Amino acid sequence: MDSYLRLAGITKLFGDFKALDDVNIDVAEATVHAILGENGAGKTTLMNIIYGLYQPEQGDIFLKGCKVAIPTPRDAIHMGIGMIHQHFMLVDTLTVTENVILGLEGLGANIKLKEHEEKIAALSQDFGFQVDPKAEIWKLPMGMRQRVEILKVLYRDASLLILDEPTSVLAPNEITSFLDGLDRLRASGKTVLFITHKLEEVMSAGDRITVMRHGKITAHTDVQHTNATEMARLMVGRDVVLDLERPKVDQGEVVLEVAAANATDERGLHALKDVSLTIREGEILGIAGVDGNGQAELAEVITGMRALDSGRILVRGEDISHKTVAQRRHQHRMGYVPEDRHGTGLVLDFPVTKNCMLRDYDQAPFARHSVIQAAAVAERAEQWVEKYDVRLRSVHQQARFLSGGNQQKVIFAREVEFGPDILVVMQPCKGLDVGAIEAVQNTIIAQKKAGKAILYISTELEDILGVCDRIGVMCHGEITGVISPEEATAERVGMLMAGIKETA
Amino acid sequence: MELLFDPAQLSDFLGTTLRLSIPIIFAAVGGVISERSGVFNISLEGCILGGAFGAAVGAFLFGSPFGGLALALLCAGLAGVTLAVLGVSLGINQIVAGIAINILMLGLTAFLARLIFGGEATTMTLPGFYPIAIPGLSAIPVVGSVLFNQDLLVYLMYLMVPAVWWVMYRTPWGLNVRAIGDYPRAADTAGVNVQAVRYCAVIASCMMAGLGGAYIVLSQVFVFTEHMSAGKGFIALAALILGRWNPIGALLAALLFGFFDALQLRLQFNSPEVPYQIFSMLPYLVSILALVLLAGKVRPPAAIGTKFERGAK
Repeated sequence: MDSYLRLAGITKLFGDFKALDDVNIDVAEATVHAILGENGAGKTTLMNIIYGLYQPEQGDIFLKGCKVAIPTPRDAIHMGIGMIHQHFMLVDTLTVTENVILGLEGLGANIKLKEHEEKIAALSQDFGFQVDPKAEIWKLPMGMRQRVEILKVLYRDASLLILDEPTSVLAPNEITSFLDGLDRLRASGKTVLFITHKLEEVMSAGDRITVMRHGKITAHTDVQHTNATEMARLMVGRDVVLDLERPKVDQGEVVLEVAAANATDERGLHALKDVSLTIREGEILGIAGVDGNGQAELAEVITGMRALDSGRILVRGEDISHKTVAQRRHQHRMGYVPEDRHGTGLVLDFPVTKNCMLRDYDQAPFARHSVIQAAAVAERAEQWVEKYDVRLRSVHQQARFLSGGNQQKVIFAREVEFGPDILVVMQPCKGLDVGAIEAVQNTIIAQKKAGKAILYISTELEDILGVCDRIGVMCHGEITGVISPEEATAERVGMLMAGIKETA
Repeated sequence: MELLFDPAQLSDFLGTTLRLSIPIIFAAVGGVISERSGVFNISLEGCILGGAFGAAVGAFLFGSPFGGLALALLCAGLAGVTLAVLGVSLGINQIVAGIAINILMLGLTAFLARLIFGGEATTMTLPGFYPIAIPGLSAIPVVGSVLFNQDLLVYLMYLMVPAVWWVMYRTPWGLNVRAIGDYPRAADTAGVNVQAVRYCAVIASCMMAGLGGAYIVLSQVFVFTEHMSAGKGFIALAALILGRWNPIGALLAALLFGFFDALQLRLQFNSPEVPYQIFSMLPYLVSILALVLLAGKVRPPAAIGTKFERGAK
């Protein structure tokens, strides 16, 4: 097979950090080539170089045997390279057609919207995408938006498609139709380069696999000549223990109860629909589901950051629906590890010391006569840093300069050390490396052993399966089912995540 | 009451409304372009003033209102370049940059006016534009003379508003502007030069506000006085929000403010016993009230006020 794209000795630096180190890859024409690696392995950086968003410090790019320079995305498009980003590059307020033709050359002075709409509809039909060219993006589900992204590059006659973590936003059933789409692309002669950290997808869709770790290539192989275990080992650099210890703890009385909760999101849409759940002492209830199906709103109504439209939140039988965030924390012992570490969990410009006292800055001994006692604050921060093994130069360092895992440890220290009865954690392992994930999950399990009631919301099914006692699945603001980890097969959870309820 | 029933009075009142609206319309519709591209244009006030100053100097030097027009566009355009360099390239807070330009314009125009026109802040009478009646249309009762017995700049405004609408919603450049204002990264990855579009949008925006200033000098008062923009740029900012960042909406909102300005003048005239300052507040009160009523209901372009950097994560 002819090489379509060849990367030779690509090196990219961000300051002192070597994001890519002498990367060599050969991509054959009309194949699906997977780039596999953990978060932070440099996969996205590499793709951004191919697409002209970053310039490499060293190395060459060859397209169909010719050495090329790709200074901007516009040049990449000219060369027939199309990119589908992990976070969709779609303007929410514009229609499908407007998004597809955005940036297209030769549109003339007056856009012939009708003509483009018809062409896009036809193209969508060719690949079985069923996209309405007149729909506004914000109204479309994630799977549909992804198809718009693919149409965008196909409309520009791209022959090399780069897909960055294409399945991370999709429900399991959407993934199947996405993989079918890949087959159709390959059949029509397109070359596909896709980045992922999910093994199963590579095994079912890839022709060739390149594994990356810490900015370096660790292996090139054909799908036929490998297996998932070997891939996992190459990805992580050691054998992965896929099973976590799930200790049995005697469950006590019900601590947290959510009764028929309804709530509205920022767009005025009905985001929580009659959600009911209970959590007992010493129990971890997992909430699985594709991102954006009401999980954030659920966490917010429980912690008091969002008002209920109807329904009640009860702690040990007492209605706390109208209590403030502070009351829920201090009177009802509720801890919260939010999804957005940077925006909600920490004040990035504050030092670690002040981040530790965000929740009790007005209480003795940290404040006396409304004056903050810096020594007491720093002393406690030092204790927590020690206890939670937070790696930093000084507790007076700004939280911004800590790694994601260390930031999360600071948040966990703050939310756990005040002695909560209830702990709400959302996406605690998102973007963390393996070591940090282990630390986070051990903290959660220790809290369970101490008899706390824990709500664990995550989009990563493996995380949930590892630690939870029961798993609720959310779709379109509803809990579509609650099952035990033993019952949670990929098919069954997939059905629930797609909103297909089980009939008893 | 006699206002509504006497055609001459009504026509006069509508004429005042239009006259007072025009600088606001130019600035507000211009502001739409900049803000839709994601750049706050607080400097509309300074651009009106810059335009007025340029118009006066140009008319004075060249002895022709067209010379005034050219220099008005140049002065306001330079203010636009300044805002673009500060707010788009350097990523300085766009509100602060806009305020700085307003203050700079206030001092600079006053200073230069004294240098150019002599010691007095008020200049001598300058050549300007005069009404040209459009045959037929201007004979329509009541509104005919209001709308179609106007000068060149008013007719320019009639063409400009639909033209801006067409550019924003029917041309590739307008699509780029709207996309960049909401999600610049999406436009960038589609191959659009975000910074270049923002530069054009900001400079065009300021030049249009400058036309508003030129109108005041070349069509209304024929002199330049210090701070003659008198807050019209800020009213234009309110108008563009009230008009939901849409050129037609901005036009209607600017007319609304012009209407209340005309009304307060009429009330001042009719009630000399009341201190005139009470009535002078009216258009500003209306703009505050309009913004209060709209609070939470309008959605500005999502990326407004943010600096775009390609490499940033």
